[in-house]
Amino acid sequence: MTRKRRRLYWLLACGLGVGSAAALALSAFRDNLVFFVLPSDLAAQHPGPDRTLRLGGLVAEGSVVRGSEDGHPLARFRITDGRDAVPVTFSGILPDLFREGQGVVALGTLGRDGVFHAAEVLAKHDETYMPKDVAEALKQKGLWNPKAGPPPPASTWNTLAPAKAGAPTKAGG
Amino acid sequence: MIPELGHFALALAVALAAAQAVLPLWGAQRGDARLIAAAPGLAVGQLIALATAFGALVWSNVVSDFSVLNVVENSQAAKPLLYKITGTWGNHEGSILLWCLILAICGAVVAGFGRDLPSALRARVIGVLGASSAGFILFALTESNPFTRVWPPPMDGQGMNPLLEDPGLAFHPPILYAGYVGFAIPFAFAVASLIEGRIDASWGRWVRPWTLGAWAFLTGGIALGSWWAYYELGWGGFWFWDPVENASLLPWLTGTALLHSAIVVEKREALKIWSVLLAIGTFSLSLSGTFLVRSGILNSVHAFATDPARGIFILALLALVIGTALVLFALRAPVLAPSGLFAPVSREGALVVNNILLCSMAAVVFTGTTYPMFANLIGGAQISVGAPFFNATVLPLSVPLFAVMSLGPLLAWKRAALAPAIRKLWWAALAALAVGLTAVYGLGHALAALAFAGAAWLVLGAFAEIVERVRLFRVPVGVSLARLGGVPRSVWGSSLAHAGMGVTMAGVAGMSLAVHTIVAMHPGESVGLGGYQWTLSRLYDAPGPNFTARVAEVTVTRDGRVVTTLTPSRRSYALQRNTVTDTSIRTNLLRDLYTALGEERDGAVVLRLHVNPLAPWIWLGALVMAAGGALSLSDRRLRVGAPARHAAATVPA
Repeated sequence: MTRKRRRLYWLLACGLGVGSAAALALSAFRDNLVFFVLPSDLAAQHPGPDRTLRLGGLVAEGSVVRGSEDGHPLARFRITDGRDAVPVTFSGILPDLFREGQGVVALGTLGRDGVFHAAEVLAKHDETYMPKDVAEALKQKGLWNPKAGPPPPASTWNTLAPAKAGAPTKAGG
Repeated sequence: MIPELGHFALALAVALAAAQAVLPLWGAQRGDARLIAAAPGLAVGQLIALATAFGALVWSNVVSDFSVLNVVENSQAAKPLLYKITGTWGNHEGSILLWCLILAICGAVVAGFGRDLPSALRARVIGVLGASSAGFILFALTESNPFTRVWPPPMDGQGMNPLLEDPGLAFHPPILYAGYVGFAIPFAFAVASLIEGRIDASWGRWVRPWTLGAWAFLTGGIALGSWWAYYELGWGGFWFWDPVENASLLPWLTGTALLHSAIVVEKREALKIWSVLLAIGTFSLSLSGTFLVRSGILNSVHAFATDPARGIFILALLALVIGTALVLFALRAPVLAPSGLFAPVSREGALVVNNILLCSMAAVVFTGTTYPMFANLIGGAQISVGAPFFNATVLPLSVPLFAVMSLGPLLAWKRAALAPAIRKLWWAALAALAVGLTAVYGLGHALAALAFAGAAWLVLGAFAEIVERVRLFRVPVGVSLARLGGVPRSVWGSSLAHAGMGVTMAGVAGMSLAVHTIVAMHPGESVGLGGYQWTLSRLYDAPGPNFTARVAEVTVTRDGRVVTTLTPSRRSYALQRNTVTDTSIRTNLLRDLYTALGEERDGAVVLRLHVNPLAPWIWLGALVMAAGGALSLSDRRLRVGAPARHAAATVPA
């Protein structure tokens, strides 16, 4: 075998490896990218029951009902971004610091009935903490301008009105 | 006083590291023997300075000196002594200091054990290590100083994150960091050789033990982290494809590739340029992994603190270290003439396949981990990439890797034929097939059966080389046993490491058959899961040193016979106003009975119950892999000093 031929084989082998990795990654991206949405996004457009989503926002005050179904615990609550609220069901152990008014992210799918079935619920361990995605999205919606100061107390979030374009948001209303 | 001493020692370490970076490199370039000879002393000096600084921080934590901001923020007077010590590295500032300390240890170790290296090369290696040290100690000193004082000192500290108050996590960072930072040595060798413009077989021989050591630590560190996630987070899983986990997996994948390509450099003087690039890439991934995640640039549950100034300093430092190495590589790589031809079917060929597959896996993991960040930067979209993506990409790539893994060591160097190698493995293939068929029949789960077959193939295939070497069943058994003593430890080591991968794979396959349920129970009620009857006997409170625990007593019975009593609990830490689930796990090595306690409401508690078959094998396998690395490292031929004398006699310099 000549040197050139040999080099060709190796290039082919590398191409095969890199190519199959790229093909796998692309096809996996198509099916498995998980988009972060806010309740108002879901109100605007139903993504279909097969699509896994991360729904972020605040647990609406007074919405948490911890019940059980066939001996399995089932929590119901609403996640709100101040404009719309989405009912969520979750069968599992809620995070230790899950509470009303807290910023949370729920991973799951939106059923045809408009109820979000969460497979996972994440909350961070700090009262002033807000999940990065939630903070980011609320900034984009004009609900919080970081330049105007720290985020307002979590308990007031679901009563906030979206800010007018350009105007800094006053904390706590 | 002690914190000021630590602060001063830290500043001294920057100065010594800077000297260590400049003087030996300059000396080696000019051929100045005195400057070259200064390298080891500077490396040891830097280590002493950093060890003093680290010792001062540990001391401040142990005596609870609440005039030190770092201690106030992360400790409390009532914390057990063990966690006062380990809490030193349980926060951003302390962990960076530990990172620098381990890098200094690497420099000193090269100074100590590298006596048989050519002195100019050793000076350059130490110089490169010193340059990276200087940058990171400067970062510790300016942006994350652990010795900042507060006035007036508060009465008590704010306490440590209770999740970290755990023996598994206490020792996880030092071991993991030893792995991460250990790859600095192959990196330094790569850069030093690029400066010299010469790489030959001895480069592979020098680099391999260091890579092996770092790899063994990284394997152990990853396993410990995964074990911690399993028993502490209470989710019942062992790997979540979290950015922090991926950050440790990436250098492991490329480090494993480097481990194998360095063999080719040593034996055949081929793949030289590629190995140098891998050495640079592995350390770059270690660096970006630690710092991007720890600084909160990647979104992760493990991130300590987010501070923009820190982020920019770190990004600049990473760009400087990685960029310099890559520019040097681009300039010098063409000088390194490739040599050592080999046929596609050969030991080298199998190792190249190993490298291609491992690097492809690293590429997809890297893509999946960083894509959300770039998508956010470019399009503003908020996307996350979860476990399904990684499972769909990494698993298919691992199948050919595992197939070749048993075959490779049986191929001859340079040119080989497939048929004889397959003939040596037919029994392993047959056994794997039998295991697979039994598993399909018994479990009815095709994917798990495939994984079990793969595990059997790896474990049996791993020992095929030894079986071959002792000519088992072809010479009398007594002769075979006698020959066993002559098998080099490096062969035992690689067999053990390959077998360890098989054990881990069996564990993962077992875990895919795990069953779990989440139930709300009153005391006295019971539920059936996985052939066991789980009864909640009672609930009670138990005090701890700095927490109070609510404990559930769960009695597990099988066919009316008591198997075990589990006591999952929830710990409330008053100071941190935090609650942590403390799982209770009982294992018999074949299955884990796993319980975690959730909320309590109206006299009923939420319990998460798992039956996890073969779960301990996951970490046991990793331990076997690390042990294989250590065994291989103890082989005389791999020791840096031993072969150098021999090589000097036969190979003209």
